[in-house]
Amino acid sequence: MADTLPATTPTDRVPIGVTQARPPRRARLWWRIVVLAIGAVAFLFPFYYMIIGSLQERTDTSLKGALPLPGNLGLHNYSQINAAINLGQTLLNSIIFTAGVVLGTVVFGILAGYALAQLQFRGRGLLFAAMLLIQVVPFQLLMIPLYVQIVRAYGLADSYLGMILPYLINSVAVFVFRQYFLQLPPDLFNSARIDGASELRILWSVALPLVRPAVLTATLLTFIGPWNEFLWPFLVTKDHAKQPLAVALANYISTVAATATNPYGAILAGACVLAAPAIALFIAFQRHFVSTDLSSGVKG
Amino acid sequence: MTTVVSHRPPAVARRGLASRVLGRQPEGILLSLPYAVFIVALYAYPLGLAVWMSFHKYIFTAPGVSVPRPWVGLDNYENVLGDPALRQAFVNIGIFLIINVPLTVALSLLLATALNAAIPFRTFFRTSYFVPYVTASVAVVGVWLFLFYSDGLINKVLGPLAPDPSWLINERLAMPSIAVYVTWKQLGFFILLYLAALQNVSKELYEAAAVDGASRWRSFWAVTVPGVRPATTLVLLLAIITGANLFTEPYLLTNGGGPNGRSATPVLLMYQRGIEQGHPDVAAAIGVLLVIGVLIIAGVQRFVERGRD
Repeated sequence: MADTLPATTPTDRVPIGVTQARPPRRARLWWRIVVLAIGAVAFLFPFYYMIIGSLQERTDTSLKGALPLPGNLGLHNYSQINAAINLGQTLLNSIIFTAGVVLGTVVFGILAGYALAQLQFRGRGLLFAAMLLIQVVPFQLLMIPLYVQIVRAYGLADSYLGMILPYLINSVAVFVFRQYFLQLPPDLFNSARIDGASELRILWSVALPLVRPAVLTATLLTFIGPWNEFLWPFLVTKDHAKQPLAVALANYISTVAATATNPYGAILAGACVLAAPAIALFIAFQRHFVSTDLSSGVKG
Repeated sequence: MTTVVSHRPPAVARRGLASRVLGRQPEGILLSLPYAVFIVALYAYPLGLAVWMSFHKYIFTAPGVSVPRPWVGLDNYENVLGDPALRQAFVNIGIFLIINVPLTVALSLLLATALNAAIPFRTFFRTSYFVPYVTASVAVVGVWLFLFYSDGLINKVLGPLAPDPSWLINERLAMPSIAVYVTWKQLGFFILLYLAALQNVSKELYEAAAVDGASRWRSFWAVTVPGVRPATTLVLLLAIITGANLFTEPYLLTNGGGPNGRSATPVLLMYQRGIEQGHPDVAAAIGVLLVIGVLIIAGVQRFVERGRD
């Protein structure tokens, strides 16, 4: 795919501060650079094309249309998608859904992670086993009973709580917290205990300040899941006013698009708005994304 | 230590009883309670309910209304297994795996090998490969629809070579297109996985191969490929899980598993049968079968891997 595309050169857009490797043995390096550059084009071109397509007043799918031609560019598609799915409201819904999950995960996850790492109590082994076990329970098995339970039995359809509940505490994050708390020496806490401090107080003023990086990592890997999630909020929300952006855009793609004058332009404009926050966050904090954490933290 | 204990026997005795029942720091129960409740209410209970539903006749009711839900034995399972659409969905997952797994292994190993050196712009490359992985599928599906529709850029570039009917509405090409899409979207993750695996392959093995006069190509096959086999095993396992979970792609990219169900997946059918058509019992049976299938394949795979070692 990549080599048939026009030569956009994303290699020019290099983040400042990347150290240049030593030039020797160029002969051996060149094949690597060629392979990697073809790869980069294949990965980035669709995103470039997404932006170009979102700005085109008239859809132009010819090769020339892949270039930013000044006569055909404008923000018309953005106002069209905004009129169709109310970007402000749907973005707000996405933010509330995501914030609920992140907050639940950070608060309850830290409590559980600390207890699992540093406290001796009845049921600890069982809880730890359960934490590991539920990471292999596939969502598709839970989808129907969760729908029955949350939407039908509790009547939580079209509510933020209904969207958030199945994701309230990210078990991967609990695991990350536990690992961080495990690295702290128990003596640190014992002296505070002798002074009569409660566990909650020890956690807040002794343990937490030492694991700030864990909080950041967990927040980041928890953020992307609900922000990108489609299936569950799609099942829960039928009311347009409550749909997160991913769901509203998907509904637009599958139903409304046929009637719009420039459906692809509007879809791509919505796609840009949906993609931008996650990509920006990823690029800004890419050092904190560790592949092993991401494997189960992020879903398509 | 013993002297300290003997100084305060009553306190120790009281503590001893409490700690035998609740543990040395019973506050731990309190701190982990929200998480424990979460697991029971949103994992354990639904898991049980799924299995229960699959053996009963179950229909949706308004909250608070109770209707009889009789035991129907294996009726739901018979219904599912006799459904040609579902058999097609499992065949589709097979097609997905046949394309996705080799493509993922070959491309991510190639790119990880290229990346495994002091390369200019290394951080840039790594970051760019990861961008599709962190982006919402709904967003990227939008641009793939635009690229691959009948009149899209890909067909314009291919000219007379463009398939007719076009990629996503072609019975033969719909599922392969989804497989290629998923490969592209997830490749960044697997590149990082192989990159980590490559760094664990011992340098001495390469030196030994070089001493024996092996070409670079030969040492790639004899040293690198066996050296990263744990990562390859993981690719296969995760591909099976991804395949079993496919929903967004057939729902949006091929407009609900079309054409003629040739890109339908089990989860898409669970949604259609269970929620659209109101047969959650049948959908639960699909879910149970799907998970049993994944567990069997994963088990067989582990068994084969063990046998090889």
